[in-house]
Amino acid sequence: MSDIIRIKRGLDIRLLGKAEKVFGQPETPELFAVRPTEFPGLVPKLAVKPGDKVKAGTPLFYDKYRTDVKFVSPVSGEVQVVNRGERRRILEVVVKSDNANSAEDFGTINVASAKREEIIEKLLASGLWPFVKQRPYNVIANPSDTPKAIFVSAFDSSPLAPDYDFIVEGQEKEFQAGIEALSKLTEGSVNIGVNNEAASKVFTSVKGAKVTAFEGPHPAGNVGVQIHHVSPINKGEVVWTVQPQEVISIGKLVLEGVYDASRVIALTGSELDKTCYIKTKVGANIKNYVDGNVKEGNLRYISGNVLTGENIGADGYLGSYASQITVIPEGDVAEFMGWAAPGLNKFSVSRTFFTWLCGKKEFQLNANLNGGRRAIIMSGQYDKVLPMDILPEFLLKAILTEDIDKMEQLGIYELAEEDLALCEFVCTSKTEVQKILRQGIGLMIKEMS
Amino acid sequence: MKALRNFLDNIKPNFEKGGKFEKLHSTFDAFETLLFVPDHTSKSGTHIHDGIDSKRTMAMVVLALVPALLFGIYNTGFQHFLALGTEASFWEMIGYGALKVLPLVIVSYGVGLGVEFMFAQIRGHEVQEGFLVSGMLIPLIVPADIPLWMVAVATVFAVVIGKEVFGGTGMNIWNPALIARAFLFFAYPSKMSGDLIWVSGMSKGEGIVDGFSGATALGEAAVLKSGEGLGRLADGGAYDLWNSFIGLIPGSIGETSTLAILLGAVILLITGIANWKIMLSVFAGGYIMALGFNAIGVNELMNVPALHQLCLGGFAFGAVFMATDPVSGARTEQGKWIYGFLIGVFAILIRVFNPAYPEGVMLAILLMNTFAPLIDHGFVQSNIKRRLKRAKVNA
Repeated sequence: MSDIIRIKRGLDIRLLGKAEKVFGQPETPELFAVRPTEFPGLVPKLAVKPGDKVKAGTPLFYDKYRTDVKFVSPVSGEVQVVNRGERRRILEVVVKSDNANSAEDFGTINVASAKREEIIEKLLASGLWPFVKQRPYNVIANPSDTPKAIFVSAFDSSPLAPDYDFIVEGQEKEFQAGIEALSKLTEGSVNIGVNNEAASKVFTSVKGAKVTAFEGPHPAGNVGVQIHHVSPINKGEVVWTVQPQEVISIGKLVLEGVYDASRVIALTGSELDKTCYIKTKVGANIKNYVDGNVKEGNLRYISGNVLTGENIGADGYLGSYASQITVIPEGDVAEFMGWAAPGLNKFSVSRTFFTWLCGKKEFQLNANLNGGRRAIIMSGQYDKVLPMDILPEFLLKAILTEDIDKMEQLGIYELAEEDLALCEFVCTSKTEVQKILRQGIGLMIKEMS
Repeated sequence: MKALRNFLDNIKPNFEKGGKFEKLHSTFDAFETLLFVPDHTSKSGTHIHDGIDSKRTMAMVVLALVPALLFGIYNTGFQHFLALGTEASFWEMIGYGALKVLPLVIVSYGVGLGVEFMFAQIRGHEVQEGFLVSGMLIPLIVPADIPLWMVAVATVFAVVIGKEVFGGTGMNIWNPALIARAFLFFAYPSKMSGDLIWVSGMSKGEGIVDGFSGATALGEAAVLKSGEGLGRLADGGAYDLWNSFIGLIPGSIGETSTLAILLGAVILLITGIANWKIMLSVFAGGYIMALGFNAIGVNELMNVPALHQLCLGGFAFGAVFMATDPVSGARTEQGKWIYGFLIGVFAILIRVFNPAYPEGVMLAILLMNTFAPLIDHGFVQSNIKRRLKRAKVNA
């Protein structure tokens, strides 16, 4: 291991309900869905209709403007329904699994002799391409770009995050193959950011990649933060990012020639009776995992973590990029004089609640905003939780005034929503930081194209 | 609590659009959210939020102001009876002070919140909590004998011109409470300066003990002749360092006791509401400037020891409660050092060089409020330049 980078600013939110390191054995769900709404800016075109038989790897829809970017079925079975929203926008394509696990054969890749174009073509054809994301903008990478580097963060530091060391155990070969394939795609290097305190052999012993260790509070595990410290993105530069489990999927394509949507996810959150890890697939319906395993009350089911995940409901589908399901109380009750109460169950970075005296207590937090929305009042709150040389408040104000030049100058290219998620958490004024940033990114994309 | 909640839910429709009391919607909303933190949950972005909100933030500042308020009540009574030359018990002093101070607090809050409610109703937004702090600050930075109507006029001016014209809490350029004080200072100078107004009762000419002067320490120091020494500011005098620190001297209600103010500062710093960088750098700026004057020492005001300077007038109060206002202050972390330091420097500078304005702190903070965006601009530009430079190095 070469470098160690110590992150100072940030925040670890101590929540109840970390996943126990055992594999749960719930019944495999029948329904799987791929949701176009998960991919910002995508205009989907359907490739199937209800009733069509599909295999794992059969395209369900594709990008209208980049037709070779395909979104494929994670399992074999039959397309059950296409759910649409307002103005017939496609919300989800649901596939009913036949449990046969038959997969399209894309042919293995000999990475050593394969050309860059060949690998990209395979990734596109097999539906793995959407897992390659790009910075700036944190959207699906453009296959015609050549990135200056590819980054993989091998640990997740967000609240109740799954432990990738546990997840990837025994998959050295696939991970190595995935990294080798990726290293063909960039003119620079493939960078892996590992946790300095504990990192699996799978990550540290990988060949053909530059390993950097990170230490410190969340968001040290965010790939955006790691990029910022290793090789920051300047105007005109492109970096690609892939998550560890997706690297393994790419490895399986290389070795076996199939699209393998397998994921290990962590079942976390204070409202679960039993937390554990589960072997499942992208887009799985979570009903079997949470039914009968949750506490009473109005609950919120999140695909992903509490900072960046998506509220999917008890009958929702696991997101494409998620490695975690979190269940927390909804908290939609009015609290009497909550602003004045001592608040022994409240977590706050400020020390206005006495909980700062409680040491390492773990909290059961709900989805309540804990106050009303206001104009930004406090200063310096955001800076304390963003370990980048970026002025988040000024960037947000540039976005709100739609000042494209300022947005660019203040570093919007380096940021994704997840990097500013903590800013949103700590904000006294309850500003919708991530939403504003995505608006800004949308504006940039429109302006630059 | 359930009964109360049900009652609120029952009468709520009357206050909504089309209801009987539609015009009181924002008033109802303000009281409802005061009693119950709303049940709003996160719809986008993070699912969990920090426990703090702006109500609690403001409540903490008000809490931090309580020591200064209580001491101010006591000191108002203490000075009054001192001037009369009569003996009075502790509770008599408190009683007299409370009669003088509490009406000011009530008027300030009543008038200010009234204006806030009106604006919230017209604009259709929630009543914002910023005034909870301003409403407490205003009575603490005026002399005890100020007529109530003046406080009312100044409060209206501060809320409307100082805040609402810019868009409300979070949008203002200057500290609203200081706007109120500056308004009073320039509109009614006879009630805001001089030797007679600082001790309650004196302006009405109530029997004053012989030889008693109600001038503030600064007012007195400004007219000291060279070479005559520090007068009552000297060790053992009525305005010596110890009395100035404890606060048993004439002055604006909440400003005299550095001790009570420091208690408030401790609350603000522990809770993390106020910025320690600003606070520290204001004191540092003032101290260094005063030390510099000590070294020159042309007139007696320059000779006041640096530490003593910090305990006089509104310096400590301004440093702890006014300069740290995040809205009107510098917002970049490096900018806060410069912003605070210059407040300290200017406060002492104005105080020493312009005896007509012994209260330099108010003007120094308003001045730096004005320049805070410029300071921030500098640091934002340097951030931008760093990013551009990085691109060139790589290219």
